[in-house]
Amino acid sequence: MRREIPLIITAFVGIVFIIQYFIPHYPFNRLNGWFSDWFSIIGACAIWLGALNLMKISADRVYRKKRDWFYSVVIIVSFLMITIIGFAGGPDFRDYGTGFDWLYRLVYTPLSATMFALLAFFVASASYRAFRARNLEATLLLVAAFIIMIGRVPVGDAIGKVLHLPESIMPSQIAGWIMGYVNAAGQRAIMIGIALGIVSTSLRVILGIERAHLGGD
Amino acid sequence: MEVFGLWLAAFFTLGIISFLYKDNPWYKFSEAVFIGISAGYWFVVSFWDNLYAKFYLGVTANDDYMLFVGAVLGAMMILRLAPNIGWISRWPLAFVVGAISGFYLMNYFSSNVMKQVQNSVIPLFSADYGQSMFTESFGTIAGKIVIAAGTFTGLIYFFFSKEHKGAFGGAAKVGIWVIMITFGASFGYTVMSRMSLLIGRMDFLFGQWLGMIK
Amino acid sequence: MNKKELVAVIIIVALSLIFYFGIKQPIVFSSTVSYIITALIGLVLLYIFIRTVGGKIFGRRTVFLFVGIAVVLPFFMTIKQPIKSSPEVKSLYDAVLALKPDSKVLVSFDYDPPSAPELQPMAESFFMLCFERDLKLIIMGLWPQGPQQAEMALQRAFLEPDIAAKNLKYGVDYVNLGFQTGNEFVIQRMGSSFKSMFQTDYYGTPYDDIPLIRNVTNFSNIDFVFNLSAGYPGTVEWVQVAVDRYGVKLGAGNTAVQAPQMYPYLRAGQLVGLLGGLNGAAEFEKATNIIGKGTKFMVSQSFAHVIVIAFIIIGNAAYFLGEKRREENKPNQTGMNNQPGAN
Repeated sequence: MRREIPLIITAFVGIVFIIQYFIPHYPFNRLNGWFSDWFSIIGACAIWLGALNLMKISADRVYRKKRDWFYSVVIIVSFLMITIIGFAGGPDFRDYGTGFDWLYRLVYTPLSATMFALLAFFVASASYRAFRARNLEATLLLVAAFIIMIGRVPVGDAIGKVLHLPESIMPSQIAGWIMGYVNAAGQRAIMIGIALGIVSTSLRVILGIERAHLGGD
Repeated sequence: MEVFGLWLAAFFTLGIISFLYKDNPWYKFSEAVFIGISAGYWFVVSFWDNLYAKFYLGVTANDDYMLFVGAVLGAMMILRLAPNIGWISRWPLAFVVGAISGFYLMNYFSSNVMKQVQNSVIPLFSADYGQSMFTESFGTIAGKIVIAAGTFTGLIYFFFSKEHKGAFGGAAKVGIWVIMITFGASFGYTVMSRMSLLIGRMDFLFGQWLGMIK
Repeated sequence: MNKKELVAVIIIVALSLIFYFGIKQPIVFSSTVSYIITALIGLVLLYIFIRTVGGKIFGRRTVFLFVGIAVVLPFFMTIKQPIKSSPEVKSLYDAVLALKPDSKVLVSFDYDPPSAPELQPMAESFFMLCFERDLKLIIMGLWPQGPQQAEMALQRAFLEPDIAAKNLKYGVDYVNLGFQTGNEFVIQRMGSSFKSMFQTDYYGTPYDDIPLIRNVTNFSNIDFVFNLSAGYPGTVEWVQVAVDRYGVKLGAGNTAVQAPQMYPYLRAGQLVGLLGGLNGAAEFEKATNIIGKGTKFMVSQSFAHVIVIAFIIIGNAAYFLGEKRREENKPNQTGMNNQPGAN
């Protein structure tokens, strides 16, 4: 029954969501509402699971004095600090001026934004070291990237003016045409392919043919 | 407190950036704080916005007792941490997977297949059915041919059940060219996005923190 | 940490203190100085190209340094760049212009601070345009940080004298419904009832006590939806649920990473307009005549793109010249290998 009950749950919930698309009325709209709320609550508990697991792993590293265990202490202290402040703040925990808001604006935001910003350096460095026009396909990719990068910033048209290009073949016009037509065509092909894959996988999951989400026994 | 916070933000920003030189204690410390604070942030937000606002207020203020089912499923999810009874987390997982499967099946088929195919099967040389030919610009007509042919050949490329030989192989080749141009465009936009994020951080350092720019 | 690194840290701290306490006015280079610096950067890139052709390979730290220079130096420069609005930006602008005064516009903030450099300028200029056109704004978020970003955009919009003079009232001219968990299920439930998802607003006021929305039941009472998106949930979910099921008119502002994926929706009419990345923000500022950070940052963006292109060309030059040298050396090695006992 360890596998049968989850399969029945998957099938039932999946079928309700399909039917409510065609019959958005009672009882399917009521079921849809309940399922949506339960989905959110389970999602919150999944986040708690991840956070508690992180604390478990960090505590283990500290206990066993593994390499760089000091940083696990930092992780635990940071987690506890924001958690205690956040819980103590009550439902208005994120209002401007609260401790949680201060940590969010002046610690969390700079850290997460800078982590993403680092990618700018690595994308440039990786392009310099690995982006090679080895064959026709790679050359097409490279040339398209150049046209888009130059055409989507004002310096592209500035270069076009220096070269006395007609308005219709200015870099911005070419970049716009590539984005609006060629890129749209390629993205559409990928989109349709992925969507068909999602449809077939969803059907397999709902019908119980696909069971990977249940894991091994 | 705000001034101290500004310097703290700058400290962490420079700590992360120091990774560009090499891995170092300043970066490792900043990274550890980021991991702890991120986990704590989502821990607190999911409690107040979900467990409190949705579940607790839903039950106490709106008498919605069906929410207890969600709470039980959520508790089962957390039991995954216990090795002996971790298998019980399969029930809420099955629920989530079923919900997503049912929801995505219809939405993706409707929006990402039907509507996209419909928009690919359009008059190429006129603005619409029943209208004269060649009234649009050359760029628009060429573009519509590219959309129709590009979408079709791109889909042919992804059909791996048949060997890419002969006319079919030729069409697949055109498809891969269209896809390569698409990836090039995506790469260009990705560079743009990453640079924008870096510009934002530099604006903070040189503008908000040091006051060197307006 | 070795001595060199410790000295570097001390220098950074010292410079920070000097700049923080020493600089009272922003630094601005004149046009002449700006163009001289641009020319110097160009010359250094040319030097790197020549050295690379000559066989010297530069390390990744050189690339990092140039990216940093490309992004930071333009902040101080005075360079004017003409910005042209692309068709997808113009069509979004025209769609907002076509709305009658008092039309209800739903704005969904689905991003967090890391994506703010690209999306916040869009939010600010969109708010300013809506307020100028006397449109009513209903703000919400599918990301927890979204409503806070919306508050910041509102504060920026209210700094404009024309908008401040209108004395806009919360609850009458605009409202912030706050964040709701549930991702695409929130959009689906809003299709039948907004109130089922937002019993109160961001500040705890009950739904029925807010004049602007007490008569808003679902999407049929909304004239336009504008979504600012950095990922999931975002524009894709709004298109799939709100547009394709409930028929809303949707415009979107996306980060540049996901903007290319929205073009099929744009072509199919599921999106009426699209702002893609920082250049989309700058183009929208140009269309609305509201100059903000989008325009200000475009100089850095231009420099950064040119640097990346330059290094890709340099890298490819090094690669192809290296290939050529390997080809030239091959006949000698083959001759040697054919000699008895060569190995």
